[in-house]
Amino acid sequence: MSEGRAVGVPLLQVEDLTVEFVTEHGWLPVVDGVSFEIGRQETIGLIGESGCGKSVTAMAILGLIGGPSGRVARGRVLLDGQDLLVLEEPELREVRGRRIAMIFQEPMTSIDPAFTIGKQIIEVLRRHLPLSRAQAKQRAIDLLDRVGIPDPHRRFDDYPHQLSGGMRQRVLIAMALSCEPDLLIADEPTTALDVTVQAQVLELLAGLQEELGMAVLLVTHDLAVVAETCDRTIVMYAGEVVESADVTALFPDPRHPYTAAMLANLPGLHPGEPLRPIPGIVPPRHALPAGCWYSPRCEHRTDACGATHPQLVDLGTRRVRCLRADELDLPGVGR
Amino acid sequence: MLRLVARRLLKVIPLLLLVTVIAFGLLNLVPGDPAVQIAGEFATEEQIEAIRTELELDRPWLSRYGSWLSDAVRGDLGDSLFSGVSVRSQIWDRLPATVSLIGWSLVLSALIGIPAGTVAGWREGSALDRFLTVGTTIGVAIPVFVTGLVLALVVGIKLGWLPATGYVGITESPWQWARRLILPAFALALTGAAEIARQTRAGVIEVKKQDFVRVARANGLHTRQVLGKHTLKNAMIPVVTVVGLQIGRLFGLSVLVEQIFNIPGLGSRLITAVFENDVPFIQGTVLMLGTVIVLVNAGVDISYGYFNPRVRGS
Repeated sequence: MSEGRAVGVPLLQVEDLTVEFVTEHGWLPVVDGVSFEIGRQETIGLIGESGCGKSVTAMAILGLIGGPSGRVARGRVLLDGQDLLVLEEPELREVRGRRIAMIFQEPMTSIDPAFTIGKQIIEVLRRHLPLSRAQAKQRAIDLLDRVGIPDPHRRFDDYPHQLSGGMRQRVLIAMALSCEPDLLIADEPTTALDVTVQAQVLELLAGLQEELGMAVLLVTHDLAVVAETCDRTIVMYAGEVVESADVTALFPDPRHPYTAAMLANLPGLHPGEPLRPIPGIVPPRHALPAGCWYSPRCEHRTDACGATHPQLVDLGTRRVRCLRADELDLPGVGR
Repeated sequence: MLRLVARRLLKVIPLLLLVTVIAFGLLNLVPGDPAVQIAGEFATEEQIEAIRTELELDRPWLSRYGSWLSDAVRGDLGDSLFSGVSVRSQIWDRLPATVSLIGWSLVLSALIGIPAGTVAGWREGSALDRFLTVGTTIGVAIPVFVTGLVLALVVGIKLGWLPATGYVGITESPWQWARRLILPAFALALTGAAEIARQTRAGVIEVKKQDFVRVARANGLHTRQVLGKHTLKNAMIPVVTVVGLQIGRLFGLSVLVEQIFNIPGLGSRLITAVFENDVPFIQGTVLMLGTVIVLVNAGVDISYGYFNPRVRGS
């Protein structure tokens, strides 16, 4: 679609993205000055607890924040150098599903129950590609086959309620990838699925990513998934990026206490030992603590942590937002 | 889908039977000796006797019901007590005007109500939504005879834009038929339109929050696909129910509108029949209207199968 992609420009650049929602305390940022890049064919894990702003970040990239209660207050989202946030709806619709696709957490409710799955895949295909009805149908059946739906010819005419959750997520993947996007945003794609199905769906996604040569932004709270599938990890806390690095660097050597605390919680890491959930909760935006927003829950906090809000420091191979990043020796995984 | 249709139609049979019992039983609701009551205050003994013979009141009611039912099934609803003309042919005479009126009102109320409700729901909280909500509240509140009279007086008589009274058969002049039905149909449609709009608005607001609407947007579908296809089809289920209920109500309200606009429909004839105690005509009309409403409701239930595949039951 876009001609003349500048060499060396990352596929997606998110710069200073700030998304606000209206609350009883007025407009408050849920995503606050978030910046990161996604390279072509790269897999990025965006992690953090619930309420850290991961999903909102993902939605904002596709321009799906809007209406009376939400707005993008600042920032740029550059796709091949083109800022998506300045585009009008009709231009954005050409990007959605075509260049950037998205799959969501709830496969049970994410397909329209009133139409057959075949019709809905064809609808997306014909929306973006100049296909005849017959061509689109053939391609839809191929897609169903590709995402591992058995007997796709027959399943083509099924309604969503005739499929299991795992099958529905496969259908949604088929729909999202029907036009071979450059970037797939997967927002907790396996959270609602059975454990055995989770692994299958992740495997499917990895296979498709390789086949289609697309980049993936995987939004998840599951670090085990990130360790297995991602190249790079971005850790968010209370709407900010607190650490980002290659998976191979981050897991053995976390520099932010929040990352370390989440790593310590990886199930199966210390068999026989009880999990140690991080005490406390993510602070709501209207009641942020002074200084470092993580400090009240941090076991490494000092007085300085409660006084100064740390900047995100670029260390070359990683970025980290912690006053004590240099002095702490935090335990990691897999060294 | 076929199974849904069959299952639903099977349920129609006992309902229709109930309708016949009620229609027939109307005669027995007349207090005292029905023949005396029906004949009226100044009737002679001979007249009363004639009515008693005509209605066969000396036979037990179950056997009368039996023969009435077997006649009715074959389309014979008896003769009017006063004109002596068969009830069926009188209903056939009057039915086209009423059906035209109700048909037009239904179309109008859907054409006004569904788009208005859709826009209001999609742009929930906007100035347009508030305007439409106020409008529909007023629309629901104003009784049909007020709208009818105002329309007849202002548009029909004062402005003279459209004929205020009378009816012309469609076979006579389709143009006049349509022109003369505009005002009465509009008067009749307004309440229905308001109710359909409210229901559509509520449905759209409910459905647009659903995950699949977000997915449709994330896949880059046009607004006309997201709203017109995915949102509306799912939002229509309660709306169809309201439309079905409207049909029964419209038959009732058409009695008033036919009076105001001087339309020779079933409603105005029914009023005469009630004043004249013309029992066979009342029975025949009640039976016909009851049947129509039972069938409409069955149709509404079957339409759920179209809008909601989950009820088809495979």
